[in-house]
Order: sequence, then C-alpha cells, then structure tokens
Amino acid sequence: MIRVFIDGIGIIGPGLPSWNESHEILAGRQPYAGGELPRLNANRLPAAERRRSTAVTRLAIDVAEQALPPDVSAGDVATVFTSSGGEVEIIHRIFEELATAERLISPTQFHNSVHNAASGYWSIATGSRQASTSLSCFDDSFAMGLLETASQAFVEHTRALLVAYDFPPLQPIFRARPLLAPFAVSLLLAPEQSEHSLAELTIGFDPADIGDPGRMEDAGLEALRAGNPAARSLPLLAALARSKPAKLIFGCAVNGQLQARLTPCP
Amino acid sequence: MQPLILSAFTLTSSLGRGLTATLAALREQRSGLRYCDFPGAELDTYIGRVEGIENEPIIDDLSDFDCRNNRLARLGLEQDGFIQAVESARRRYGPDRVAVILGTSTSGILETESAYRRRDPETGALPSDFRYRHTQNTFSVGDFTRRYLKLHGPASVVSTACSSSSKVFASAARLIQTGLCDAAVVGGVDSLCFTTLYGFTALELVSSTPCRPADADRNGISIGEAAGFALLEKPDRGTGDITLLGYGESTDAYHMSSPHPDGLGAAEAMNKAMQRAGLEPGAIDYVNLHGTATKANDAAEDKAVSGIFGATTPCSSIKGWTGHTLGAAGIVNVIVSCLSIRESFVPCSLNTGRVDPDIASWIAIEELRRPVRTVLSNAFGFGGNNASLVLGKHS
Repeated sequence: MIRVFIDGIGIIGPGLPSWNESHEILAGRQPYAGGELPRLNANRLPAAERRRSTAVTRLAIDVAEQALPPDVSAGDVATVFTSSGGEVEIIHRIFEELATAERLISPTQFHNSVHNAASGYWSIATGSRQASTSLSCFDDSFAMGLLETASQAFVEHTRALLVAYDFPPLQPIFRARPLLAPFAVSLLLAPEQSEHSLAELTIGFDPADIGDPGRMEDAGLEALRAGNPAARSLPLLAALARSKPAKLIFGCAVNGQLQARLTPCP
Repeated sequence: MQPLILSAFTLTSSLGRGLTATLAALREQRSGLRYCDFPGAELDTYIGRVEGIENEPIIDDLSDFDCRNNRLARLGLEQDGFIQAVESARRRYGPDRVAVILGTSTSGILETESAYRRRDPETGALPSDFRYRHTQNTFSVGDFTRRYLKLHGPASVVSTACSSSSKVFASAARLIQTGLCDAAVVGGVDSLCFTTLYGFTALELVSSTPCRPADADRNGISIGEAAGFALLEKPDRGTGDITLLGYGESTDAYHMSSPHPDGLGAAEAMNKAMQRAGLEPGAIDYVNLHGTATKANDAAEDKAVSGIFGATTPCSSIKGWTGHTLGAAGIVNVIVSCLSIRESFVPCSLNTGRVDPDIASWIAIEELRRPVRTVLSNAFGFGGNNASLVLGKHS
C-alpha cells in the first residue's frame, strides 16, 4: 500500500478553467454547462519557446502550474507527465508531410513531436532539473500516472507532480480515436502531511475486477470522464471538491484495477 | 537502493537475435550498420536494420497488434529463454504480481505513415485496416507484451525519447519497492520508420557514413532498431549474475533537442545513479556512453563524464555497432553492459578512428580484456531527459 498526500490540484477542460472556478461544479453544487476551453497561455515559458510550443504542451504546462502552491518551487518537484496520445496535432502534420513526395519535416515540428515534449518544455519553463518521466497507457494513462507519481513521492520521499492531459486527435485519426474534448488534470503529491495537504491518498493494486470505476452523476461530466483518458480522474476530483472520504477504482491492467482511498485532511 | 537481480535478459538488434549473436558481433568487431535499404526511404545514410521482421507477422489471437514494432518485440521476447524465465516468475509470484514497463519513442507509427499514403481521395479517411490502438498508440508495445507474456500486473510505457528504456528500470525499481509487485519485465522496443529517418535528417543530425562516436570528424547519427528485455526480481527471490545497483534521472532545463553544453543534466543523472548504488566514481570499471556521434551530444556528455571520472575509466559508445536505436537505446546499453560484466571485457568504440582532441575522457578505441564488476550506463534524450544506471556483478 502506498500512502501519500495531495498538496495541490489543477484542472483544465471545457467550461472548467481552473480548480477554484470548477470546485462547485465538481462538488455537484452547480450544474455543468460545458463551454469553451480556457485560453492556453503557458506564461511560464520564455517567449521563443511559447511560440514554438503546441496547444497540447501549453495545456499541460498551464494545468501543471495550477497545482503548485506559491511557496513550493518547481525546482524541488519531480514530474510525471501522462497522456494517451501526446502531441496529436504535430504528429498528424508530420504524417501529412511524409505522404508527400518531398517529405519535408521541419526540425521544430520533429522535436515537438516527441511524447515528452510537454515534460521538456516544463523543465525549460521552470529551470527544474528534477527527474521527469512521460507515460502513455491508452485509457489507463491517468491511473498509471497516478501510480508512478505516488511511487516516486513514497519511495524517493520527495514531492512529485502528476500531469495528465489529452487532446482529441485531428481527422483522419480522430475517427479511430474519437476523444470528446481536451482535458487535463494535475495533482501535487507529497510523502508527508503539511499545511498544504488537502487529503490523504492510499493506493493499492487489486488483481481482480473489484467493481465499476466510479461514474459522475452529472451526465455532461460523465461524458467527459468517458471521453478523455485524463478525465478518468473526475471521480477523484469530485471527492476532493466535496471533502468526503471516497473509495475510487481505476482500470490499469488486463484484469486488475488500481484502488485508491481518499481521506480529506482536517 | 535495494539492488535488483536481472534474472533474465535478452537483446535483438542489427547485430543479430539474442545474446550469442550479439556477443559474437562484439567480439568479431562486426558492425550491424548497412547502407540505407529501408523500403521506400531514399536517404544517403547507414541504418541498423533487424533482418527478417517483414516475414514474421503476429498471427492468431494477438494479430490486431501486428506492426513492425510489435513484431520486433515478439522476436526479442522469443530469444535466450526469456519467455520461460517470465513463466517461472509468473508461477512463483502470480501473474498479477509481475509488472510490465517498457520504453519506446515511435511505437507502431510506421503503420500510420503507410495509412496516410492510402487515404480515401474523396473523404480523406484512413483505410479500414488501420488499427490505432494496437499499432500507433504509444502504449501498444506494452499492451502487446503483457498479453503475449500473460501478465496481469500494472503495465505502462515510458516515452521520454532516447532515455525511455533506461527510465523503465527506475520506475520498476520504485514499483517493486512499494510492495505492489514482486517482479517486473522491463525493456524497450523501437523500430525504423520514416518519421525518425526524415526527422533527424531535417535536424541535420544524420551522418552519411556509419556513425563515428567521439571521433574528431564525427558528423551525426546512424539510426537503428532494437528490442531488449530484462526480468527484474528481488535478490532473495531471483537468481542471476547481474544486479541493478542504482538509477539516476534528471532533466536539462535547457533545450528541446540540444543537450546542455556543459552536460549538467547528464552529470546529475550519473551522480544520482552512483549515489543510489553507494559507489564512488573510482568504483566504476566502465562507462557505457550514450555517445550518439553528433558534435554537440558527444561534447556535452564528455564534459559530464570527464568531470566525474577524468581520464581514468574506460568509456565507449555502442552506437557504431547498432546505430542509435532511440527508445531502445537505454536497453541496448544495459544488455551490452551485462555482457561486458559477464564476459570481462570493455567493447571498443567501433568506427572511432581519431578521438576528438577536445574529448577528455578515456575512449576505448580497442577492446579491453579485463574484469568489469560495475558499469555506468547512460541514455539521454530529446526534451533534455537523462537517465543513468549502475549495473554490477552479483556477488
């Protein structure tokens, strides 16, 4: 069993611009009306890098930023980026170029296409040389990212930041991978309780199918949860917003499931 | 950290299938690089291609996963009794107690590249045989491997460009340390595709000769492909002659595709790996370099390596043998490091004629026959992502 504390939260989705502005919706006290994705600024990036970065990367950077309390330096925090599809827009453009006779890929396009582009830009933006990994686990990307981040916090005794994000691919790949909308979530995990701690999280792995992953009561949020791998985190965010203990289940293996118990800190 | 046993390991690359073929090529100074004959690629370069992948499709119940990358994964898994070793672990621990953590950079995107050339001229749709989840998605090789090995533990794919399949050792060590797993299949698989062949060409990082790591006239990489795997277990439960003693991870915070010129991130990864192993630099017998043979990479890595080791520890790069296998580069270095320890030799830096006078480390341009008890194995990638591992002889 892994035991960690949640010290910070970020969320970006359609009509969900930040944790503070989404809190009441996630707690079920305000209806979810959907809406636009907030403008992705990635203000932390130097101007040259911001110009070169993709919307996918800016989504990850902006949501990562939200989870860091003002007095926690990014330079002290290991990061785990997790995304099923990664840089979907750039990859599509490269495929289009490669289907032409000239096959002219731009160098910037190519280095922006790596799955760890967001991680690289975060490191440049913050100046942090801490360990950073980038995972892809299809629909289980959030659960495996949570497991990796919690393992780091627990084993290395360090703060670790989870950043889960996915953008719907462009056509023609969209037809084979129809994600509903862009979504991103970030969780700052710590090995010990502090004044920042919002909740305690214990994580275990169950070899058998122990039940359905939690669903969202609100139909719009449930559609989002099912429609984006990063939004599989919504039941956890809802429990945090309500400040209620919760037992959460996430898929992460052929048969097995990740089990997480959330206990709000007093 | 608690050391972990590599109770089985295997490598398939352009040097051949399995450890015997790999060792023979290393001993006979035989490179796996050849002039680019990858079908459809018209590039003036050398590649490290694994022969025969085209003729060995994945059939039966996992046939949806059929693509070059998963074929290469299957070829790799079938060597050196690796599957039998995993079966033994599965029996001893239970299928849910064995994790699968693999690295790749480009997964099965060769399939999507081909599908984009066959789009419907009217609708733009991809052909109906396109299987996104089983080929292109980065997780595909992890999903295939866990199913092929019938493992039910947590499974993930690390994709941090060219450090991917070294990072997997760190993730697996942590997961075993938490107690959620008893063992892990780790490794990496990356296969040739147009995105990397033409992408690195666009960056002007590809050599028109077989790559020459640390050479004064080095002018870029040769791209290769490989599949390598290791089974990690706690030393009181598994048997084997090689252990993972330490891992170190860092990022450069400098540039997306150029390393920090002073190798600051690289040095940090190496120092952390030695710290976790509880070893001083003087206790390292061989440094297996990332050594891609670009001007900037080799110079930056040398600053880091010579800053720590001076010129007292022999170093070499494997890229002149296998080419740069990108997401598999980490595991290629790990397996060659294991062979170096097991067979008591330091492989030479193949194709290195005249060592760059600006390089201060000791580059082994001839094979050294000597006991090797510990190896520091490097893998550095785009996004400034660094991972170093310390491997040692199990005593």
